[in-house]
Amino acid sequence: MNKVRTHLMLCGGTGCQATQSKAFQDALEKEIQRQGLSDEIKVTETGCNGFCAVGPVMLVQPEGIFYQKLKVEDVPHLVEEHFLKGRPVKKLQYVEPASKETIPNMNEIPFFAHQMFWVMRNKGVIDPELIDEYIGRDGYFGAAKALQEMTPEQIIEELKISGLRGRGGAGFPTGIKWEFARKAQGDVKYVLCNADEGDPGAFMDRSVLEADPHAVLEGMIIAAKAIDARHGYIYARTEYPLAIRRLGIAIKQAREYGLLGENILGTGFNFDIDIYQGAGAFVCGEETALMRSIEGKRGMPRPRPPFPAHQGLWEKPTILNNVETLANIPQIITNGGTWFAGVGTETSKGTKVFALSGDVNNIGLVEVPMGTTLRTLIYEIGGGIPGRRKFKGVQLGGPSGGCVPEQYLDTPVDYEEIVKVGAIMGSGGVIVMDDNTCMVDMARFFMDFVQDESCGKCTPCREGTRRILQLLEKFCEGRGESGDLEIIEELAYIIKDTALCGLGQTGPNPVLSTLRYFRDEYEAHIFEKRCPAKRCVPLLRFEVEPELCTKCGLCFRHCPVEAITWRKKEVAVIDKDKCIKCMTCFDKCKFDAIF
Amino acid sequence: MADEMHPQHADITEAMWGKIDTVINSNKNIPGSVITVLRECQDIVGYLPLELIDHISEGLNLSRSEVFGVASFYALFSFVPKGRHLIKACLGTACYVKGIKEVISRINKEYQLKEGGTTDDRRFSLEAVRCLGACGLAPVVVIDQDTYGNVKADKVIEKLEEYE
Repeated sequence: MNKVRTHLMLCGGTGCQATQSKAFQDALEKEIQRQGLSDEIKVTETGCNGFCAVGPVMLVQPEGIFYQKLKVEDVPHLVEEHFLKGRPVKKLQYVEPASKETIPNMNEIPFFAHQMFWVMRNKGVIDPELIDEYIGRDGYFGAAKALQEMTPEQIIEELKISGLRGRGGAGFPTGIKWEFARKAQGDVKYVLCNADEGDPGAFMDRSVLEADPHAVLEGMIIAAKAIDARHGYIYARTEYPLAIRRLGIAIKQAREYGLLGENILGTGFNFDIDIYQGAGAFVCGEETALMRSIEGKRGMPRPRPPFPAHQGLWEKPTILNNVETLANIPQIITNGGTWFAGVGTETSKGTKVFALSGDVNNIGLVEVPMGTTLRTLIYEIGGGIPGRRKFKGVQLGGPSGGCVPEQYLDTPVDYEEIVKVGAIMGSGGVIVMDDNTCMVDMARFFMDFVQDESCGKCTPCREGTRRILQLLEKFCEGRGESGDLEIIEELAYIIKDTALCGLGQTGPNPVLSTLRYFRDEYEAHIFEKRCPAKRCVPLLRFEVEPELCTKCGLCFRHCPVEAITWRKKEVAVIDKDKCIKCMTCFDKCKFDAIF
Repeated sequence: MADEMHPQHADITEAMWGKIDTVINSNKNIPGSVITVLRECQDIVGYLPLELIDHISEGLNLSRSEVFGVASFYALFSFVPKGRHLIKACLGTACYVKGIKEVISRINKEYQLKEGGTTDDRRFSLEAVRCLGACGLAPVVVIDQDTYGNVKADKVIEKLEEYE
C-alpha cells in the first residue's frame, strides 16, 4: 500500500536549474532519506512552474503550500520543521511586496490568482517524464475520441467553432489551415510542430515542452487524423536541450503504449513523430524556411503561393502549428469547441501564455484569458516596476512587434486591438521597460537582430534593414542628421511592402512604433546629441553633477576600477582616464546625478 | 588503410575520425540529414575544419559547396577552433534590457576577447547567443554547462576566473 503522504513538486525548468534547483533537490532527497521519510515523501521534478522571479520554487501537495528562493542551506530546517513536525516554514514563503503579507497558499498569491491554466494545466502538477501521470489527468482522451469517434470533418468543425488562432504570432485560424491541407490532393502529408521559439524574450513554448510534452504529441495526433497524415516532425531549437530530451522520452513512451506508430489504439491509423533540431537560425521559425531546413538546406523562405497546405515539406501538403496552438487541441476535442470559445473576446478566443520579463517584479510565465488588459498583466500579475523607476513602454511581439506606451495600457490582449496600437500579439514575449531604457537604443537592438538573422535572399530585407541599422547607429553615436528620420520612415514602409517573408515584412515594426510614440527621444539624439534615458555611451560625459550629488558614496563603492574619488560629505569625482564606461555608477546612483 | 581515407588535421584524432564515420554512415540514407551530421561532427571535434566539411560531403554524396553553404548559414556551426571554456552571453531582449551589453563589454576588455572569437591562449571563446529562454534570470551568461543568472558587469570577471 502506497504510504506517500506528501508530494514535493520541485520546479525543474531551465530557469530554476540556473538558480541551482538541482543542488537543492539532491540535498533535499538526501535529508529526507536521512530522516527516514523516503516512503512517506516523494520528490518530483516537474516542468516550469512559471514564477521564475522567485526560483527555485517548490509546491507542497496536498496542502498547496508554496516555497520560493530555496537554497541548499534551507534543507535541514525545512525537512525537520515542515515534513517531520508538520509546521510550514514561514520565512521561505512568498511575501507580497506592497503589503508585506506572507501568503503560504499558491492559489492566493496574486501572480497565480489572476491566471487561468488551460495550456499550462499540467505544469508543476505532473512528472513530465511519466506518461502515466499525463494519462491520469485525462491525457490522450482527446486523441482517442478523435481517432475512434470522429471524422476528419468533425474534428475540423470543432476547431472552427473554437475560434482557435495560431499562437505563433500570425493568428491564422487553425481550423481553416487544417481544412486546406485536408482538401489538398496527395497520399503523403505532414504535420509539423514549430518548436523553434526564436523570439528573444519568449520562453512559453520551452516551458510547455519541458512541463507537458505529451500535450503537444496528442495535438499532433489529432491534427494527423484531421488532415490524414502519417508522419510528423517537431522542429525544435537546439538551444533547448531539456525540452528536446523530454520530448524524446515522451515519444518513446507514447510508442511503447501504442499511441504512436502503427495501428494506434487498434483503429488502423498509423502516425509517428520524429524530432529535428535547428541550428541557430531565427528565420527557420518562418514556415517555408523551417521546411527547407528539415530538407537539409539553407533556411531561406520562398514566395507563397503555393502555400504549405498544398506544397510544403518535400513539396507535400503540410500543416505547421506552434507548440502552444497544438497544446490547446486535446482539450478542445475533449471539452468541445464551444467550451473554448466561451472565454476570450469576439475575435480572440481562449487563453494566451505570456513570458513576462524585463523591468517588472514578477518575472515568469503567465497564462490569461484573451481580453485581459496589459495593465492587469503588468501590475496585478507582474507586480509593477521594481525600484523607484517608472513604466516607459512594453514590447510585445519581439522583433516583429512594437512598443506600447503608458496611455495604451488598458488595451485588452486581443489580436486586432493590439495591432491598432502599433504592436502585434506575437508569440507571447512581453518585455517591460522602465524609464532607464533608451527607445532609440531598443530600436537599434531589434534592427541589429533582424539584420543578423536576415537570410539574405531578398534585397529589401538584406539591404534595407542594413541601411536602417546604420542610421540608428549614427543616432546612438551622436552623428544623426536632419532628414535621417524621413529616410528611415520611407525605407521602413518600402521594406514592409516588398520583403519576401514575415521576418522582413515585420522587421521595421519596432522602429516605426518607437518613432510613433517616442519621436522626441529620436530628435534629442539627432539635434541635441543627447540621450534622455542616459544609456547611449558615446553621448554621455561620465561626470557627476555637483548640484544633484548627495555625497552618499555609493558610486565610489561600486566602481570596479576605482576611477571615482570620494570622501564623506564631498561630491564624487570620476577620473575619465581610468573610467571604462561600464555604467555601474549610473545604475547605482539613486539620485540620477551622473551624466 | 584507414589513414589514407582520412585527411590529416591537427585537431582531429583517428578515434574522432572513427566516430565521425559512424555519424555519416548512420545518417547517409536519411533525406535532409546534413544539418544533423554537421552538428554531431562538430560536437566530436569542437568545430568544423574545412577538411571535415570535405569528408562529410564525400560521405553524404553532396557537393562541397552545398555542405559549406549549409554550414555557413547556421549560427551553430563554427569554422574556427573554440577555447577550453565556452562563454555564451545571452543577447535576448530581456537580457539586453537588464544590462548584458555592459557584461560583454567587460569581458571584451578584460580578456581582449571579441564576440565569435577565442583568446590567444585558447582559454575562452565568447559567443553572443540569441535568447536562452531563461529570461526570468536576466542577464544570463552560460559558461560551459553552468548557467548563471543576474550576472553583473563587476561580478562576471570573478566568475570567469574560476575557469582555468
